[in-house]
Order: sequence, then C-alpha cells, then structure tokens
Amino acid sequence: MPTNILMPALSPTMEKGNLAKWLKKEGDTIKSGDIIAEIETDKATMEVEAVDEGILAKIVVPEGTADVAVNEVIGVIAGEGEDAKSVAAPAAGGAPKAEAPKAEPAKAEAAPAAAPAPAKAPEAPAAAAAPAKADGNRPFASPLARRLAKEAGLDLAAIQGSGPHGRIVEKDVEAAKKGGGAKAAPAAVPAGAPGAPKPAAAPLAAGPSDEQIKKLFEPGSYEEIPHDGMRKTIARRLTEAKQTIPHFYVTLDCELDALLKLRAELNAAAPEKDGKPAYKLSVNDMVIKALALALRAVPDANVSWTDGAMLKHKHADVGVAVSIPGGLITPIVRDACHKTLSQISNEMKDYATRAKARKLKPEEYQGGTTAVSNLGMFGVKDFAAVINPPHATILAVGAGEPRVVVKNGQPAVATVMSVTLSTDHRAVDGALGAELLQAFKGYIEKPMAMLV
Amino acid sequence: MADYDIIVIGSGPGGYIAAIRAAQLGFKTAIVEREHLAGICSNWGCIPTKALLRSAEILHYGQHAKDYGLTLEGSFKADLEAIVKRSRGIAVRMNNGVQFLMKKNKVDVIWGEAKLTKPGTIAVAPTKKPAMQPQGPVPKGAKGEGTYTADHIIVATGARPRALPGLEPDGKLIWTYFESMVPAKMPKSLLVMGSGAIGIEFASFYRTMGVEVTVVEVLPQVVPVEDAEIGAFARKAFEKQGMKIITSAKVTKVEKGADSVTAHIEDEKGGKQTITADRMISAVGVVGNIENIGLETLGVKTDRGCIVIDDFCRTNVKGVYAIGDVAGPPMLAHKAEHEAVICVEAIKGLHPHPMDKAMIPGCTYCHPQIASVGLTEAKAKAAGYEIKVGRFNFVANGKAVALGEDSGLAKTIFDAKTGKLLGAHLVGPEVTELIQGFVVAMNLETTEEELMHTIFPHPTLSEVMKESVLDAYGKVLNA
Repeated sequence: MPTNILMPALSPTMEKGNLAKWLKKEGDTIKSGDIIAEIETDKATMEVEAVDEGILAKIVVPEGTADVAVNEVIGVIAGEGEDAKSVAAPAAGGAPKAEAPKAEPAKAEAAPAAAPAPAKAPEAPAAAAAPAKADGNRPFASPLARRLAKEAGLDLAAIQGSGPHGRIVEKDVEAAKKGGGAKAAPAAVPAGAPGAPKPAAAPLAAGPSDEQIKKLFEPGSYEEIPHDGMRKTIARRLTEAKQTIPHFYVTLDCELDALLKLRAELNAAAPEKDGKPAYKLSVNDMVIKALALALRAVPDANVSWTDGAMLKHKHADVGVAVSIPGGLITPIVRDACHKTLSQISNEMKDYATRAKARKLKPEEYQGGTTAVSNLGMFGVKDFAAVINPPHATILAVGAGEPRVVVKNGQPAVATVMSVTLSTDHRAVDGALGAELLQAFKGYIEKPMAMLV
Repeated sequence: MADYDIIVIGSGPGGYIAAIRAAQLGFKTAIVEREHLAGICSNWGCIPTKALLRSAEILHYGQHAKDYGLTLEGSFKADLEAIVKRSRGIAVRMNNGVQFLMKKNKVDVIWGEAKLTKPGTIAVAPTKKPAMQPQGPVPKGAKGEGTYTADHIIVATGARPRALPGLEPDGKLIWTYFESMVPAKMPKSLLVMGSGAIGIEFASFYRTMGVEVTVVEVLPQVVPVEDAEIGAFARKAFEKQGMKIITSAKVTKVEKGADSVTAHIEDEKGGKQTITADRMISAVGVVGNIENIGLETLGVKTDRGCIVIDDFCRTNVKGVYAIGDVAGPPMLAHKAEHEAVICVEAIKGLHPHPMDKAMIPGCTYCHPQIASVGLTEAKAKAAGYEIKVGRFNFVANGKAVALGEDSGLAKTIFDAKTGKLLGAHLVGPEVTELIQGFVVAMNLETTEEELMHTIFPHPTLSEVMKESVLDAYGKVLNA
C-alpha cells in the first residue's frame, strides 16, 4: 500500500514550514532512517527522516515551496512490489479529506500533542471550524475567502478585509495572493513555555499596504526580496512584542576592570586540549552567567507574564541573541547559574556555529526566561532591546570602554560598560528591574563571586 | 445656495428610495415625478401584475379543487372587470404609500417633467406625456413648474417598452404591458412577442384565464436569460398548459384586421407561417428614458440607450448621477433600489460597497415560477470554470407533493476548484420566495460546505435547495 509522507511538525506549535530541499528523487529507493528532505522552519533547517521503506513514487510538494501546512502530504512512498508509477498522487492544492486532515491553527494551538496524523486519518469534519486567532478572536472572513487562503497558504490574520466591517472576502485573498511577500502567512511561532502569553495573531494596527509603500518609490528603483521564514518570524514576533508588552527601561553603568582582569587570568590558566586552550572566555560569557546569578538572587524577576498567572521560573535560562546572515536567533543557555563559565563559553561557541548554518533544533532556541543582546563589539554605548516573549526581561549590553569616573572625589579612568534592562512592566516593575540590575552589577564588578 | 442638496428625477423604486435615503442622511431633498408616484413598478409593473397573477392562480386552484378533495358548487368564474379593479386598487395603494413616505421623510414632491438646463439646475414643465389611465391623483402639496437647483441631481427616469419598427404597439390591437394589464374584455386568442419576464408572465396570466396563447421568441429558448435546462423545463410546463411556443422565430410583419392581428412569423431556417390572434402583446424589452431630460445639454454620456455610470452611480458630469433602468441593465426594481442607496451614501461620503451585478437575482412569476441568481451553466463554462452541477426535482420533495405542486427543478452550479456557488436556478412552486436563500449564501461567499452544513426546515420547499447542493457533490439523499 502506498504511504503518504506528511509534512512533519518539528515542534509542538509548528503550523507550517518551507520545504527547502528534497534529498531523494522520484524513483529513489528509501530505507527507514534515510534523510529524504530538508524543512526550513521559522528559525532552523531540519532534516526529515523516512519512517517507511519503499520507493519515492511521487513528490507532491516540490522543493522551494513555502508555508506547507503540517500534515499536508508532501510525497508518496510506494511499497515493495507496487508499481511506483501507478501510485496516484493526491490532488495538488489540498489533500483529500480522507488523507490526513490539515491541522487547523486553532487545533494546533489547543493540542500541542498533535502528533503527525496517521496516513489514513478518519475523515476530517466537512465543515472546518473557523481558524481562531490565538487570542480567541475569529478573523472575520467569508467561508470562500477562508478556503482560498488556506489553499494558498495565506494567513487570514495578515490579510486586510474589504468587506462589511472589514470582513475578508474572496477578492481580498485574491489580492493578497497577487501581492505575495509581506502578506504571506508568517511561519509558526516558536513554542513558548506552556501557558506563556499567547501571541496576538495580527499586528494591532495595520500599517500601509504593500502597494501603498511601493507607490512611494520609482518602479525599478528597488529590488524585491521575498521574506524567508526567519524574516517573517522576526517581523511578527517583534511587532507583537512591542505592541503587547509594556516595555520599561532601566540603565546602569558597570565597571569592568575587575572582570577583565579575572577573564585574562582565567584564559591564561586554561589547560591545553588537543593543542588548543580548553576554553576562551568572552566578556559575554561572563555577562550570561552574571545575569543568571542575578535572577537567582532576585527570583521575583525570573518570571513570565500570562493573563491568568505569573509563572515564576525555577531555572534561569538565558537566551543569547546571535546575529546570523539574514537575521538573528536566540539559542538558550539553560540553567546558566549552575554552569561553569567554561561550559557556558563552549556551549555558546557551538550554538553560534550551528546557528549560522541554521541547524539549531527548536528546543535549543524556544523558551528561556531572559535574554542578552550584546552590541558592544560594534562600539555601541547603550541601547534598548525588545523583549522576546515569553521572557519578562532582556539585557542590552553596550561596549566596555575607558571612561572618566569619579572615585573618592577624584576623576579616574575606568573601563565602563552600560547595560539597559528592558522589563515587561506587567511582570517586572521598575524597582524590581533596578534590583535585578543592581545584583547583576554586583557580579560584574565583583566577578570572583561568579566562581563560587 | 441651491434650493436642495439633492433632487431626484423620477419616483420609481430607484428614485423614491434615493429620496428617502437622502432625507434620512439629512439632505434637503426633492423628487420630481410627471405621472405617478412609485413609478412603473408599483403602478404598471411588478405589483399590479402580481395582483393579476394571483387572481389567475386562485382561478387555477378553483378549477382544480377536485384534486384537493374539494367540490365547488355553483359558479366559479373569472370576473375580468373585478380582477383588473383589484389590481388597480393595489397599484393605488402602493402609490399612496410612497406619497406617505415622501411626506414622512419631508421630501418635496415636484410635479412635472424635469430637464437639466445647466449644472445643478433643472427646469420643471407641465407633463406633456398623456398619462396612462387610470392614474393616481397628483399628491397634495406638490410643487409645480419652475426652476430648481440642487448640488446633486439623481436621474432615475426609468424605462419604457421597446417598440420594433413596423410592429409598434398601438394600444388597441398591439399592446404593451400597459394595455395588457387593463383589458376591457378577454381576447379569445393572444400572440405574445417576446418570452422574457414580461412576455411570459402575461402569457401565463392569459393562458390561465383561458385565452389561447402563442408565444414567439427570437432566441432558441423561452425566458432566454435563464439557464437552458430551466428554460426547457418551463417550456414543457407551459406547453402542457396548452400554450403554443415558437422559438428561434420572429414576427416580421403584422396585418391589422378590424378586431384581430395577423402576424407573419419566420423561423431561422426561413420557414414561414402566419398566426391570427385577437390581440398581440409586444414584450421585446424596455429602453431607458434618456430623451428630453437635458442630458445632451450637460454632455452626460450615454451608451446604447442608457446613462453611463461608475461604481457609485456617478455620470461623467460632476453632480449628475443615474440609477435604475436608465442607468443600464439589468432593468430590475431591486437593482434600482440598491443603486439608490449606494448613490446617496456615496454622496454622503459613507463609502458604500459597490454593487456586484453578478449577485442580482431575477424572478419571473409565470406558472411555474422561475428564479435565479448568478451564472447559468453555459455562462459558467464560458467563463472558464470547471464546474460541479447539482439538480433536484420537486417531485421528490414532500412539501411540494403535499401542496400538489410537485413539478419543478432546482439546479446549483459550483466552481469545482473552490466550492464557490456560481449560480442557482429554480423553476417550480414559490421559487421566487426561495431564491433569496441562495442570494444570501452567495453574498456571504459560502461554499458547498456551509450550504451542506445548513439545516433546512422540514417540510418545506426549501429542502430542494439543499438537495441540489448535495447532488452537486454526489451526496444527494432523496433521489
């Protein structure tokens, strides 16, 4: 019996992904465990392993296809003795109902355990429920518009409705299809901690339309570069964060001289391993540890806001923004207060390498309780970062630079680093944020405390 | 300053609705009428013909009382004078209703013929057109001739029967719908030229009243705008009632006798025949009333007898608007009313949604009734759709059988790719009341799924609608 290859869910909340590459051709023999395709999600490229054996009879979704819904049939494997050519492929543009039902966004949200559906799932209900926005508000769209959007892989939340009361109607979806680009569905949201604030599906205020923006420029005076999954996710997540989280900022200067001295001593003392030092600590590695320890010291700030309750975390998991070509990603140093500086340092090196190749696993960048964003290497003195939900804080780290400071009533030169903590004021009030920052400053300025 | 914010010329279903909406939105409004408030629709069209058809229907039931287990004793016959009187009474009631609505909404009525003389100005002169009798009274308090100014002028002058050269109606032997509505005596035989809604309704009325009726249609099917299958179904029903139907043929010449007409009819293959009948009805369409209203003076653009308008009923001349029949087909009262609202709301700056002409339903009140919305099967195919077609016969509908009206067909057409409802076509009992279900569905852009998911009450004729949808997807239950 032919077996359908379904678009896998690489994370519990993944709704769709891009089929980046097929590693097998039609007609290739497939063994269980073979890597058959690469899926690009919002933040990473993942490999799809074959579960069944046989011959790749049909590639249904060609490589390079964006926004393929989870559980959509992407290919068909013919079993032993079956004529691969005779295997009927499901009609393009929507799996027949007898096949795996496409996970409705609402369902995926409600049931994180939505395992990849079996190849022959029971018939999906004929009248599919309206895709609920994550916040429970239904996007108003006509049934036809809903179906067309689904078939085109467009997110209704991203489409401007022109019908009565802004209802999305057929022609809006048709226009969005033609508009492409920004109107395409944003890729799946990285998983938040269970019960984390549910992201609003759409920006609160719609900006000017693509067409309106394009009209402002001479045709041909620009190049149009389609967004990839990461760009869409960054755009959506940050818009959402700035619109839904009341940001509050606290800035503090930290003297770095003691830390730099300790760092030099530790690095000099690094044992050799395979002819190379076993570790080479960066200032940032120490910042990560200091922030984690500060959160342990001020546990009320190690929280996530949900409408129902405050989630007070038992571990300090520090996300670290890593700039990569075409975007950024925030791998997470879990339980950083219990890791040694060398562990943190080596972990970060590994993350940075794999992040650049977009090979991080979802569990390596999803969640976390706070984050660090460091632009010091660019000479930036001070800046404010956007909180990455479900975090309640993010620390923006500037450059360590020699500045004149007053010591004992006398001007003196010290290496000073300005840091700005952005807090979600719903969860971390100003004073609490200041307290956290003060604790952080304590570890930075008395760095030996990080070693005990 | 102008006398009015808005002046509407013509008080038919387009004009009077425009006036009401304008008044509701706070515009100082006047309406000009030369003949009868409420226009053709209420006075000489939709409404009085429905009154006549109702009489015919009851006559039909009386004649078939036995089918229902009833015995009629004594005489049961049509009193033509009383039937016409009832119809006229209903027209007067409509007319009075509009008079009341104008008063209630403080819309000034100006009695006479209006002519655009310069931008924002009309001259109103006494009516020159001899009014069709009987005529409603001139409303009390109506203003008369003079010059009136307004910021916005909405032309809603309607349409009149088309006359073919050499076959012009004379009101005596060759009738238009006006004379057809008020016969002094029943003709024995009648020739109806044209099988559109007007022609076929009169054919149906007179046939039911016992007149020998022949219908001549130039196109290959009766009710030519309807789906071919519906047309064929209706034709069979008409022929069963004893109507004679000649399609793909035209009347080339008419010879008038003392009390009869002899029509020379030629079919597409060149076959000729003559038919002599007491009277002939010319029902070959209507043409817009664009003459003598000063359109040329202002340079208002017209095309094929109608004023050219945009999505919001604006003409090419600033401050001049057109709605209803005079603004182009389909020439239907409900289209005019909808345009009226769009036009006035756009003037107010309310950003109404433009009308989607693809969703204008059409109803024909012959027996059996015909109602439709959207594309016919042929048009859907011509538009390049891959379609799914569902059909359901009334013979399998319990309510229809109980009513003793089990002849009818419901047909639905879907886009196979998206499930969009492209068209719905009904012929049968009360289908003019059923079609609205599909019109709403279409406006809400439902697909087959929602229609199948909708519960239709039992027992009703409406169940045929659902079954036809089910049939389009191979899920029909009662067939």
